[in-house]
Amino acid sequence: MEPLRRLQLQWRRLMSSEMGRGWYTPPAALPSKHGAGEPEPGVHKIHGKRRTVVARHGPYQDEYHSISKGYQGNSIRTTKYTPISFIPMNLFEQFHRAANLYFLFLVVLNWVPVVEAFQKEITMIPLVVVLTVIAFKDALEDYRRYRFDKKINNHVVRVYSGKEQRYVEQRWKDVRVGDFVRLSCNEIIPADMVLLYSSEPSGVCHIETANLDGETNLKQRQVVRGLTEQGFDVTPEKFTSRIECEGPNNNLTRFRGFMEHSDKVRVGLHNENLLLRSCTIRNTETVVGIVVYAGHETKAMKNNGGLRYKRSKLEQRLNVDVLWSVALLFTMCLVAAIGHGMWLSGLKDPPFMIPDDTSPVLAGFYMFWTMIIVLQVLIPISLYVSIEIVKLGQVYFIQNDVDFYSERLNSTIQCRALNITEDLGQIQYLFSDKTGTLTENKMVFRRCTIAGVEYPHEDNARRLELYQDQDWDDADPAAVPGKSRSCRSSVKSLSCRSSVSLDTLTPCDPEPDPRGATQDAPHPRHMAFSSRMEKEVLPDPLLLQKLNGLISPELPLQDVVGAAPLEMTYIVDFFLALAVCNTVVVSLPQQPQRTVHVQDVQRTPLRSLEDMKLLFQRFGVPRFASVSPPGGDASPGADSPAQLARRLFSRPKAAPPSPDGTPVGEEEEKHPDEAALVHAARAYGCTLRARASEQLTVELPGVGCLPVRLLHVLPFDSTRKRMSVVVRHPLTGQVVVYTKGADSVIMDLTTSPKGNAQAIKESMDIKEKTQKHLDEYAREGLRTMCIAKKVLREDEYELWLKRHAFAETSIENREELLLESAERLETGLTLLGATGIVDRLQEDVPETIEALQRAGLRIWILTGDKQETAVNIAYSCKLLRPTDRLLIANCSSKEACEALLVQLREVVEAGRAGSAGADGHGDGGGDGGGDGGGFTLVIDGRTLEWALQEELEETFLELACQCRAIVCCRSTPLQKSQVVQLVRDRLGVTTLAVGDGANDVSMIQVADVGVGISGQEGMQAVMSSDFAISRFKHLRKLLLVHGHWCYTRLANMILYFFYKNVNYVNLLFWYQFYCGFSGATMSNYWVLIFFNLLFTSAPPLLYGILDKDVSADTLMQLPELYRAGQNCKAYLPSTFWLNLLDAMYQSLICFFVPYLAYAGSDISVFSFGTPMNTSALFIILLHQVIESHTLTWLHGVVLLGSALLYFAFTLVFSATCVTCNSPANPLGIDIRHMSDPVFYCVCALTTLLALLPRVLYHSIWNTLFPSDITKAACLDRLSPEERCSRIHNWREEQMRASPLLTTVVVDPVLSGGDLCDCSPDTHSVVS
Amino acid sequence: MASGYSGKEEDGLRSGAPGGPGGGEEVRSRKPDNTAFKQQRLPAWQPVLTAGTVLPAFFAIGCLFIPIGIGLYVTSNNIKEFEIDYTGDDVLSPCFNCSQSYSWNSTCTCAVSFSLDQSFESEVYMYYGLSNFYQNHRRYVKSRDDRQLNGDISSLRNPSKECEPYQRNENMPIAPCGAIANSMFNDTLELYYVLSNGSLAAISLTKTGIAWWTDKHVKFRNPGGNNSNLQAAFRDTTKPVNWRKPVYELDTDPDNNGFINEDFIVWMRTAALPTFRKLYRIIHKNGVTTTLPQGNYILNITYNYPVRSFEGRKRVILSTISWMGGKNPFLGIAYITVGTVCFFLGVVLLIINHKFGNRSNSADIPS
Repeated sequence: MEPLRRLQLQWRRLMSSEMGRGWYTPPAALPSKHGAGEPEPGVHKIHGKRRTVVARHGPYQDEYHSISKGYQGNSIRTTKYTPISFIPMNLFEQFHRAANLYFLFLVVLNWVPVVEAFQKEITMIPLVVVLTVIAFKDALEDYRRYRFDKKINNHVVRVYSGKEQRYVEQRWKDVRVGDFVRLSCNEIIPADMVLLYSSEPSGVCHIETANLDGETNLKQRQVVRGLTEQGFDVTPEKFTSRIECEGPNNNLTRFRGFMEHSDKVRVGLHNENLLLRSCTIRNTETVVGIVVYAGHETKAMKNNGGLRYKRSKLEQRLNVDVLWSVALLFTMCLVAAIGHGMWLSGLKDPPFMIPDDTSPVLAGFYMFWTMIIVLQVLIPISLYVSIEIVKLGQVYFIQNDVDFYSERLNSTIQCRALNITEDLGQIQYLFSDKTGTLTENKMVFRRCTIAGVEYPHEDNARRLELYQDQDWDDADPAAVPGKSRSCRSSVKSLSCRSSVSLDTLTPCDPEPDPRGATQDAPHPRHMAFSSRMEKEVLPDPLLLQKLNGLISPELPLQDVVGAAPLEMTYIVDFFLALAVCNTVVVSLPQQPQRTVHVQDVQRTPLRSLEDMKLLFQRFGVPRFASVSPPGGDASPGADSPAQLARRLFSRPKAAPPSPDGTPVGEEEEKHPDEAALVHAARAYGCTLRARASEQLTVELPGVGCLPVRLLHVLPFDSTRKRMSVVVRHPLTGQVVVYTKGADSVIMDLTTSPKGNAQAIKESMDIKEKTQKHLDEYAREGLRTMCIAKKVLREDEYELWLKRHAFAETSIENREELLLESAERLETGLTLLGATGIVDRLQEDVPETIEALQRAGLRIWILTGDKQETAVNIAYSCKLLRPTDRLLIANCSSKEACEALLVQLREVVEAGRAGSAGADGHGDGGGDGGGDGGGFTLVIDGRTLEWALQEELEETFLELACQCRAIVCCRSTPLQKSQVVQLVRDRLGVTTLAVGDGANDVSMIQVADVGVGISGQEGMQAVMSSDFAISRFKHLRKLLLVHGHWCYTRLANMILYFFYKNVNYVNLLFWYQFYCGFSGATMSNYWVLIFFNLLFTSAPPLLYGILDKDVSADTLMQLPELYRAGQNCKAYLPSTFWLNLLDAMYQSLICFFVPYLAYAGSDISVFSFGTPMNTSALFIILLHQVIESHTLTWLHGVVLLGSALLYFAFTLVFSATCVTCNSPANPLGIDIRHMSDPVFYCVCALTTLLALLPRVLYHSIWNTLFPSDITKAACLDRLSPEERCSRIHNWREEQMRASPLLTTVVVDPVLSGGDLCDCSPDTHSVVS
Repeated sequence: MASGYSGKEEDGLRSGAPGGPGGGEEVRSRKPDNTAFKQQRLPAWQPVLTAGTVLPAFFAIGCLFIPIGIGLYVTSNNIKEFEIDYTGDDVLSPCFNCSQSYSWNSTCTCAVSFSLDQSFESEVYMYYGLSNFYQNHRRYVKSRDDRQLNGDISSLRNPSKECEPYQRNENMPIAPCGAIANSMFNDTLELYYVLSNGSLAAISLTKTGIAWWTDKHVKFRNPGGNNSNLQAAFRDTTKPVNWRKPVYELDTDPDNNGFINEDFIVWMRTAALPTFRKLYRIIHKNGVTTTLPQGNYILNITYNYPVRSFEGRKRVILSTISWMGGKNPFLGIAYITVGTVCFFLGVVLLIINHKFGNRSNSADIPS
C-alpha cells in the first residue's frame, strides 16, 4: 500500500503545481461509458442493396424461408468448369486468342474444296494438339481447385440444429445464412458471421486474419453492443432480433448494418462485430455467431482475385514480328497466286491438267488461299504454347533457387505472375520503398527526449551494434539450420495453448524481474515482433535515476537529480502514454485459466493493490537494481563492449527457473513501431500487462499493476497520421487523451497551456528543444514519433462523448464522422516528448544497390518518410555517395516549383559540362545510369505534387533523367504510383517497383514488374505483386541472374522459332516454282505436320528453359552484363531480320542442293522431299547447338531423341503404310533413300553449307569484336583463380572507362567481399 | 508469420483455406532442393565459337570433302550417257509429222537414227524423258486411288472421289481411275543396232525389273489375286479415256499385266520436277560382249504421246549406272568446291586468330 500512497501523494503535488486542479477521484465513481451510448433510431439507414437476416431456427420461420431464398449457401465452387461444361467452355475461352482463331480459320479453309491443300484431317492436327495441351493444363488446374473446394466444403463445424435443439456437427457446405454457429479456439470461421456471444466476459474475441491478409497479429472483435450487458440468451429459438445489413461486397474493412431487436431498438453493427470467413479464432474459448453472408457472398470470397496478367515487353515485340510474318506469308502467297495465274494462262489443255473451266485469275485467287494453308506454319502456332511452357519452366527454376530461401521466414521467392519473367532482364528504372524494403522494418527503440531533455541511451546504441552482428549471423542459413524451425513449431503449439485469454488476468502476476523473464521466455518467432533485440532496451541511466527518484521512498522529491516537478509528471505521463497508447494485444502463453471477473476487480480495486503490494514485499526486489550501471557514478560510456555483452547475455537467472511456466506477456501488435515503444516503456518498468476491451492493466514502477480504464481508442490512420487513446488516468482519475503520431502533425496540434507566462514560456521552450532533437534524430536516420497528452474536463468529455457516440452509431458516412470526431478531440495537446526509433538497413542492401546501379538501373527511393531520414538512409545504403551533389527541391507553390526545376536543370547541365571538360575524354555516351553524373535529386511530396502536373512534368523528367538517383520523400501512395506511371509512359522504359506495405500496392501494380517484400506489414504488397521476395538483397540475383537468363533465353527461343518456321516453310515455297505454283508439297503430309509439332519442338523448349549464356557467378560479379538485356541486345529488329535472312539462305541451300543433285533424274515427288526434310532437321537441330551457350546431357538427350524420332517415324511409316495416306504414300521411299549413299552425301553437303555462314559469322565476330557477354562466357571456362584475377582486371577497366564509378572501388569491404566470391571454396555460391 | 504465410503461398487469396488445424504440427521446410539440376548447375559444355575453336573443324572439313568430291566426280564422269530428243517439232526431224497430232492414239511411227561414239560396257538403262510435264501438280498428284491399285474390289467398282473427273465413264468405273493413269506415257520404243552389213539387229529390252520391288509386290495388286483371269477381274470397269487398250491388255505376261504392269507402275510414281526421266527398259549385259557396242543405231518409235499441248519435249536416254545412280557431276563439283572454300576459310581464320585471337580471351582489353 505504501508505495502507491506515496506515489499518489507526489503525483498530486506535481499536478497541483502544474495545473492547480485535479483531485483524485476513486475509480468507482466513474461515469458509465454506456450511458451516452444509446443508439438513435433515425440514423440507421442503409443505402443500396441490403439484406435482412433472421435466425434460421428462430421464431420467424416463414419469414426466414421467404427472405433467405436468394441467399447463397456456404458451399463454394471456385472451379471454372464442370465436367459437362468443360469442353464447350474451354474451347470458347481458347478461341479468344487470335492465334487459335487464325488456325481455326485455316482448318475451315481446308474444308473448302477448291482451295483444299491437304487432307482435311491433317490440317486439324496442330490445332487439336495445341488445344488439347492447353485444355489438359486447364483441366488439371481446375481439378486441383475442385479437390481443394471439396476439402473445404467438407470441413466440419458445429451448427445449431432446429430438430435436435442443440449444436451438431455439420459440413461447411450445409451452413446457411441465419444459422447459428459455435466455434472454439483455433477453429476456422466458415462464413461471415455477426458475433453474438463470446465466452470472454467483456464480449470480445480475437481472430487471426493470416489466411486473409497474412497478418498474424490478433484482431479484436466485439459482441454486438448491448447483447452482453443484457445477459443475452443465445438460443436461436428465442432470437427475435433481425439483422439488416449491406448486400455482399468485397470491402474487408467495412461492414454496415444494424440489428433490430424485438422491441424495435436498433443497434449499429460495424466491422468489429463481424467474424470473417477463413479467419481463425484465437484466445477465445467459445464464440457464437449468426451467419450473414455465406459461400461466395462472403467478403473473403469476394476478394478472391486471380493471378494477374501482364503483357511483357518482349511479347509486344514478338507480336510485331508475328505481324511481319503475316506480311511475309501474304507476300509469298501473292507471289504464288500470281505465278499460278500466269503459268495457267500459258497452257493449252495439257494432259496433266484436270479439266475445269476456272479462269486463270480465279484459279490464282484460289491458289492464294491454298498457299495460306500450305505455308501456315510460317505463323508459329506452337510459339505461344511454347512460350507459356518455357515461362513455366523458368518460373520453376526461379522458385527453386536456393539462394532465395530465407531460413527465418521459411519462405522462398513466389512468382505470382507467370508471364513476365523476361521483363526482369530489362529493367531500367527501379522504384523502391524505404521502410521495410531497404530497411528491416524492425523498429527498435533507440533514444528519446522528454520535456525537452534528451536521453541519448548510449548503452542502447552499443547494444544494437552488438545485436547487429549477432543477428546477421543468424540470417546465414547455414549457421542455424534447425533452430528457427524448432522455434516455429513452438509458435504453433503456443498459439494453440494460449486459448486462455489474458483479459481475465487482473492481479499482477508474481513476476520477479521483467527483463530476466523476458530473456528466459521462449522466442516463438525469430522475427520482428519478438526478437530479443527489440525487447531488451537498455534504459538511459539519467532517466532511470529520475524515474527512480519519483518512487523511491528514501529520496525526497526535490533531491531527484534536480528534476523539476513538471518534468517528473512529463516523464511518468510519457511512459504511461508509451504503454497505453497503442493497439498492442497481450496474449499470455501457458497460463492456466483464471475465472476472476473484471467486475470484481472494479469493485475492490484497493484489495487487489494491497495483494499486490504484499507480493511485492515478499519478493523484495528493488526494481532497477540489476539495470543501473555498476557503481552508480561510473560513467556509462566507460563500459567496454565486452562488459556490455556480458551484461546482456550472461545475466544470472534471477527469475524462478521454470522454463516454460514463466508467464510473460507476448505482445502481438499491428505496427512494429508500437512494439518498440511498448518494449521501451517496459524497460523503465512501465509494462502493459493485459488488455481487455475496456480496461488495460498497466504496471508502473514502484507501484505494481494498475487497471486503466480505456474509454476510447481512436486508431491510427494515414490521413491523421496519429492515434489516440482516451483513458481514465490511473492515478488522478482524470480523463486523459494520449496522442502519438508523426512529428509534423503533433507539433501543429500542440498549444501552450493557458495560464501564467512562465508556463507558456516553458512549454515553448520544450517545443523548441524537442524540435531540435527531432531534427537531430532525423539526421541520424531515426524514425521519430511525438507523444502528447491532453487532460479533459468532465464536461468537455461528456460533450465530446455525445457527438462521438453519434458518429459511432451512424451508418452513413460513419468514417467521415469518426474522423471529424477524432480531430475535434486531438487539439490543444501538450507535448510530452518524442522518441527515436531505429530501423536498421537490411543486410547487403548497399552491395545490392551498388550492383544494380552498375547494372545500369536508375534507382529512385519513394518514401513517406521525412526528408532527413530518407536522405540519411540513402547515404547509408550507398545510393548517395559522399561526392554526390544533392539537389533539394522543396517548394510551396507551383511557380516556385517551376522556377526551381528549371534552375536545377541548369545547374545539372552546367555541372555535367564542367565534369566532361575536366575529364578530357568526354562523357561515355551517357546511356547507362552510372554516367548520370553525381547529382541526386531530393524532392518532397508537396513539390512532387506540382512537378507531376502536366505543365511541369516535362521539365521534371528532364531533370530526373540527368540525375543518378532520386529520393522522393513525404510522398503519398498515389504519388508513388503517379511517379512510376509517368516514368514508365513518358520515357517508355521498363520499370520495377519494390515495396512491402499497403502503401506500395498502387506503385507495385502500376510498374511493369511489381516486387513485393513479404515483411512485417502484412501481405497486401505481396498479394498485388508479380514476384514476392523476403529480402531486398534477393533483387540482385533475381534481376542480374534470373532476369538476364530469362530474357536471353526467351528472346533467343523466339528468334529461333521464327527462324525455324521460315526455314522450313520456305522449302515448300521454293518448290512452288517447279510445280506451276500449284500448292503441291514434296513432303509427306504427316512429316510436314509433325516436323514442327514433334521433331523440332522439344529442343527449343529446353533451350528456352535451360540455356545459360554466362554463369550465375560471373553475372553476379559483373553487373554490367545486365545492360545487354536493358538495351534489348538479344532481340533487336535487326536481329530478327538477320535471322530471317539466314533462314532464307538456309532454306535456299536446303532446297537447291538436293534439287541440283537430283535434277533430271527419275526421282519421284515424295522421294524428293526426304533429303530436304532430313537436311532441314539436321540444320535446325545443329543451328540450335550453335546458338546454345551451354549443352548438358539433357540437351544431348533431347537433340538426339528428336533426330531419332524423326528417323524412326519415317522408317516405320515407309515400311508399313501400304495404301494409307494417299496420295503421299511413303511406302519404300525412306528405306530406299537410307540405303543410298548419295542421300547421305546430299544431306551432309546441305547441312554443312547451310550452317557455314552462321558459324563463320559467329567465330569471326566473337574474335574481332567480342561482346561483353562473350567475354564473360570465356571467363567461365577459366580456372577459378584465373577467372578471379580477370574479373578484377575487367572491373578496374570499367572503373577507368567510367570515372564516376571510381568511388565505389574505394570501399575496401566491398571489393574484399567480392574477391572472396572468387576464391575456390566459396566459388559455388549455393552450397 | 510463418504459418500465415504458408496458407498463402499456393493459393493466393483462397478463402476458407484452413491454415492447418492448429497446433503442434511441424512446418514443412520450403527450402528448395540443392541439386545440380534445380540450381541450374548441371555440368555443361559451353561452346564459344571463336576463330581459334572452329579453325580445326574447317581444316577437317576441307580435308574430308575434297577427296569425297573427287571420288564422286570421277564416278560420275565414268558413267556413259546418251540422249536423243525425238519430239519432232523441227520440220527436218523424222517425227515431225507424228508430232503435229494432238490425239492420243494416232499410231504414227517414226525412226530416229543415231550413233554411239563409245561402247557401253555394262548394263544399260533406257529411259524416256519428258520436259515441261508437271507430274507434280497438286491436283494431278492426288488424282489416283491407291486402294483400287492395291486390288481392293470395292474401290475398283467405286473409285475414290479424288479421281474426278476420271472416276467414271459412261457409268462404268474407270480402272485405273484418275488423271495420272489417264495420261500414261504410251509411246513404244524399239532399239536396233545397225550391223556393218546394214541389216538391223534388234536389241533385247527387258521390261521387268524397272519398278520398285515394294511397288510391284506390295503396293500394286490386281483385283482378285494374280492367277485369276484378269479380264474377269476387271469386268464391269472401263478403260481410262485416253487409253487404247484396257488395263488387262497392257502385256501378255500375266506377271506384268493389269495393275502390276511395270510401265504403269513406273508412270504412277509421279516425278518430282517438270523435267524428268522414267526408266523404260533395261538392256542386260549379254555374256562377254559389250552391251551397246560403238556404232549406228536406229530407234523405232510408235509416236502416240502428244506433247504439243504443253510445249513439252520427249527424249530417250541410254545410260550406264554406278553406285551413285545416273550421271550427275554436281555433287562432285560441289564437294570439291565446298572443301576448298573451307580450307581457304580455315587459312583466313588462322590469320585472324593469330592477329586478334587473344581478344575475347582477355577481358582487360576495353571493348
